[in-house]
Amino acid sequence: MNDSGFDWLFLAEISLAGLGSGGLLALTGLAFVIIYKATRVVNLAIGEMLMMAAYVFFAFAAGAGLPIWAAIFGAVLASGALGALVERTMIRPMLGESPISTFMVTVGLASILVGIVELVWTADPRRLPEFMPTDPVLLGQAMVAPKVFYGFVVTALLIAAVLLVFRFWRGAVALRATASDQAAAYSMGIDVPRVFSLAWTAAAMIAAVAGIVVGAIGGISSTMGVFGLSVLVVVIVGGLDSVAGALLGGLLVGLVEAWAGAYLGGEYKMLATFSLLVLVLLLRPYGLFGTHEIERL
Amino acid sequence: MSAAAPVLEVDGLTLAFGGVKALDGVSLQVRPGSITSVIGPNGAGKTSLFNTISGFYRPGAGRIVFRGDDITQVPAPRRAKLGLARSFQNIALFRGMTVLDNIKLGRHAHLKTNLLQALAYRGAAAREEAALRADIEQRIIDFLEIDHIRHASVAALPYGLQKRVEMARALAMQPQVLMLDEPVAGMNREETEDMARFILDVRDEWGVTVLMVEHDMGMVMDLSDHVVVLNFGQVIAAGVPRDVQDNPEVVRAYLGSGDMSRLRAGAAAARAGMAGAAP
Repeated sequence: MNDSGFDWLFLAEISLAGLGSGGLLALTGLAFVIIYKATRVVNLAIGEMLMMAAYVFFAFAAGAGLPIWAAIFGAVLASGALGALVERTMIRPMLGESPISTFMVTVGLASILVGIVELVWTADPRRLPEFMPTDPVLLGQAMVAPKVFYGFVVTALLIAAVLLVFRFWRGAVALRATASDQAAAYSMGIDVPRVFSLAWTAAAMIAAVAGIVVGAIGGISSTMGVFGLSVLVVVIVGGLDSVAGALLGGLLVGLVEAWAGAYLGGEYKMLATFSLLVLVLLLRPYGLFGTHEIERL
Repeated sequence: MSAAAPVLEVDGLTLAFGGVKALDGVSLQVRPGSITSVIGPNGAGKTSLFNTISGFYRPGAGRIVFRGDDITQVPAPRRAKLGLARSFQNIALFRGMTVLDNIKLGRHAHLKTNLLQALAYRGAAAREEAALRADIEQRIIDFLEIDHIRHASVAALPYGLQKRVEMARALAMQPQVLMLDEPVAGMNREETEDMARFILDVRDEWGVTVLMVEHDMGMVMDLSDHVVVLNFGQVIAAGVPRDVQDNPEVVRAYLGSGDMSRLRAGAAAARAGMAGAAP
């Protein structure tokens, strides 16, 4: 407590921690939006895909004893392959079915992934091997946990890379065109099924990085998929089809959760998050940056 | 029915949705440099035929031959690259993008640079290619008289202009055959006349063969070199506009006879007659 009665340094530290987890929400939200934009699928299993990748990383790094960089590389590749497999075997056969049916398929996928994890690694929480520097980081006077700080750096770099790719790669144009009108894209030489496959692969790879960072900060367990619930709030707040919305929504939700946790107590975190969701939906039913015509959940 | 080999040929095409035969042994030929129209009452199978030719539907039987190659099994995006471009009955533009972006996307099929090249490749050759591309885009924009709206968002444009943008995007694909699904549907007289002029110019100035589905009989009869009439998924007449116009089967299909079975029988008879008359 300082003289003014309000601890600004504490607020700053809480906010930085909130931005740290907000970055992860934003990154995972980005993965969600890529899938939604390309395929119009609301993927409820994004949190479980992230969990699966974290466990694969765990298996490579702790189980197989691979060097950390190789384990990260392997987990990201494996997650991409899983994304492609899911798209090909579960999502593409649902083409033309009602969005709700496809949505339910992803709910099933989430259960399957949790089941696999519990069968292979049991339901006990695990710790990932340490691979980030452990010296506390000082930003001005505020102290940030090293994992949160480096996690945020990795997250920010990856988001920047993804945005660059979206800006310059022709495949991203194909993705935008597919998102806008599948029939038209198809008739203009854009291989729509391949765009679907690419979107799921890329999203799963992005989710893998998020999963490894989330796991490195808080450990992994078969329930870490609930992270996906916060991600769902992020993308609904931001607008299901908006990249900018996912990024800003992620930071916003991260901050709100951190503030609620610090000032009201941990049990208010989710309450605050979902209150934010209700508020945004009341004011802007299509999300902060979403397009009007998209379906409402 | 001689001259050059057909650029597009459909042979015995059959397409069924469950028990409904949308196409029942449809055959037609599109001569290079022609304007060929497919007409018929609602539900005759015109759009199904278009969707099958552009690869959205797989036919149950029959072949589609494009420039001498059997493309029946070729997926839709490949067909687009081979030179088959189309427009849609209910405009399928990329909403939320500008007119120019839509047209640029028409060029997508012809571009081959990958991500690394796009990030690294900034040489003279790249500029040259970009200039060439801009030139084509500009020619199309000037031709269709849409320069004033090039940076407008397509969603906000009036219907007639959207149709024109869709045609511009198809032209940007530099197709051999341009397929137009009801190019003047819902247009007023003036817009229809403009579009008719564009279609003629596409053929005459750009050398693109046109295959269209259209309900506006006046326009079909004025523009077409060859008219194919569909009814209940079957070709009931084909030929130059005048012959088709006078064909009693066509008159009956359009004016109706009140008796479905007689109509079907008539269609079958006409088909048998045509098969007999063919060389």
